[in-house]
Amino acid sequence: MANDPRRQQTRGAKSAPSPWREQAESYLSHHRRVARDSAQRLWQSPIASMMTWTVMGVALALPVALMLLLASLEGVSAGWESSARVTAYLNDSVSIEEARAIKAKVSDDSRVAGVELIDRDTALDEFRASSGLEDALDYLNENPLPHTLLVTPSESSRTADGVEMLLTVIEGLDGVERVQVDLGWLQRLNAMTDLLGRAVWVLALLLAAAVVLVIGNTVRLAIENRRDEILVAKLVGGTDAFVRRPFLYTGAWFGLGGGIVAWLLLQISLWWLSGPVERLAGLYRSEFSLNGLTFDGGLALIIAAMLLGWLGAWVAVKRHLDDIEPGEIAGG
Amino acid sequence: MIEFRQVTKRYDSDHTALRQVNFGLERGELAFLTGHSGAGKSTLLKLIMVMERPSAGEVIVGGQVLNTLPRRQVPYIRRHIGVVFQNHKLLFDRTVFDNVAMPLEVMGTPARDIGRRVRAALDKVGLLSKEKMNPLQLSGGEQQRVGIARAVVNKPPVLLADEPTGNLDPELSADIMRLFAEFSQVGVTVLIASHDIALINDLGRRKLTLDHGRLVSGVGPAGGLHG
Repeated sequence: MANDPRRQQTRGAKSAPSPWREQAESYLSHHRRVARDSAQRLWQSPIASMMTWTVMGVALALPVALMLLLASLEGVSAGWESSARVTAYLNDSVSIEEARAIKAKVSDDSRVAGVELIDRDTALDEFRASSGLEDALDYLNENPLPHTLLVTPSESSRTADGVEMLLTVIEGLDGVERVQVDLGWLQRLNAMTDLLGRAVWVLALLLAAAVVLVIGNTVRLAIENRRDEILVAKLVGGTDAFVRRPFLYTGAWFGLGGGIVAWLLLQISLWWLSGPVERLAGLYRSEFSLNGLTFDGGLALIIAAMLLGWLGAWVAVKRHLDDIEPGEIAGG
Repeated sequence: MIEFRQVTKRYDSDHTALRQVNFGLERGELAFLTGHSGAGKSTLLKLIMVMERPSAGEVIVGGQVLNTLPRRQVPYIRRHIGVVFQNHKLLFDRTVFDNVAMPLEVMGTPARDIGRRVRAALDKVGLLSKEKMNPLQLSGGEQQRVGIARAVVNKPPVLLADEPTGNLDPELSADIMRLFAEFSQVGVTVLIASHDIALINDLGRRKLTLDHGRLVSGVGPAGGLHG
């Protein structure tokens, strides 16, 4: 943070040059002291700090919650893709022997794991049994149903694109009337999660910008409050890096607090929602479950929050600290 | 140590604070800078501290021409210049010790050296016993001496003072001046802006007098244009 190599080459004309090791130690101890001091200043105004942390926490928790939801949804669609089956309806004119030939041809394709042939009579029986239209079907002179092939794609082809390709191949075969794959809803879900994914990123960027601005404004007030100190530090030869340092730490501490609040908010919401979500998923016989943040994810969230806080402080410091010049200090 | 060559400082078209000022101060020299209010005393001090840059001419401190000094080098020049202000510019959110330690802290001085040098500076101004107090608890004269301790704690070769006795009674003022004289005896170049003519004449040091931005006396070295 604000690493400034210039500080190492202190040029006290009359001070004995101390070994660089001592310099480095004093530099580090200065960092520790500034970091501790900035943290203490936040503690000294707990309500104001809490409010800033909460604002940051909410702004960070929102996009992260949506990202988690998105990850969970993608898990669902991945599960369903593997069970996709292609249904090929053959022409009415195709005889059972021809149907078997087509079945053999489809089986030879390396992208196909298995093919099941359902002849039209079996299909009618099944339909009769399942639809409850027995009487109505009796009025039909002949079986209106075609022979049907149920194609299971091989493992490598069980992706949206793979299934799509297989679909075109089967559709191109002689005697195939129509191919259907129950991927429509899956594609819609995919499209929706894609869209949601982008929306989440836009939202995340906007909220990150909001966090930077909130911290920037808070740090601006801190700079105003410590104006005299900044002036004196600049007067006695404090470098820009020296003067900035406490405020950059302040920003990072705001980020740390905000990140922790965001994590807590996420865990609490998850705990509160997980029961109903499980029940709902159970009703749909779905494997769907809301995944919380892993420990690493939480850590990444906090680090990202600290970086945002630091960045916000940097913006404020750049804009306001350089304006404070000791020019006005001497009177008359 | 300090040299001004044809220095002009113009703030805007109708306000010229300094006009072609020439003078030089040797190492260990103590001089007063005097003149009416608005004569350019503060501007002159600000030019030495690189708070302002001259419009024309050259300001040289310790052999370094300040005109072309890059902004980020300015702090390193200021570490060689101690400054004492009329209003002290002390920070009231910390102890006397921490106030005096600031110039050492910005230089990255190791902690144990800070303690030793701060106490040496406070001892010099006679406030060693008050290091743990808040500057607010001190009298005006004591606050001024804390300001002086802060200005000299890192042993700068140049010491500037802007009306250092402005708010003090004559006795305290004489004390403060004695301190400055002691510093000049050990080789520090001291320049004191003051309009306390009586005090200045008592001390009989070199006097630089400004009048509407022009240096009207004290141009040459000590003894030249003595006022």
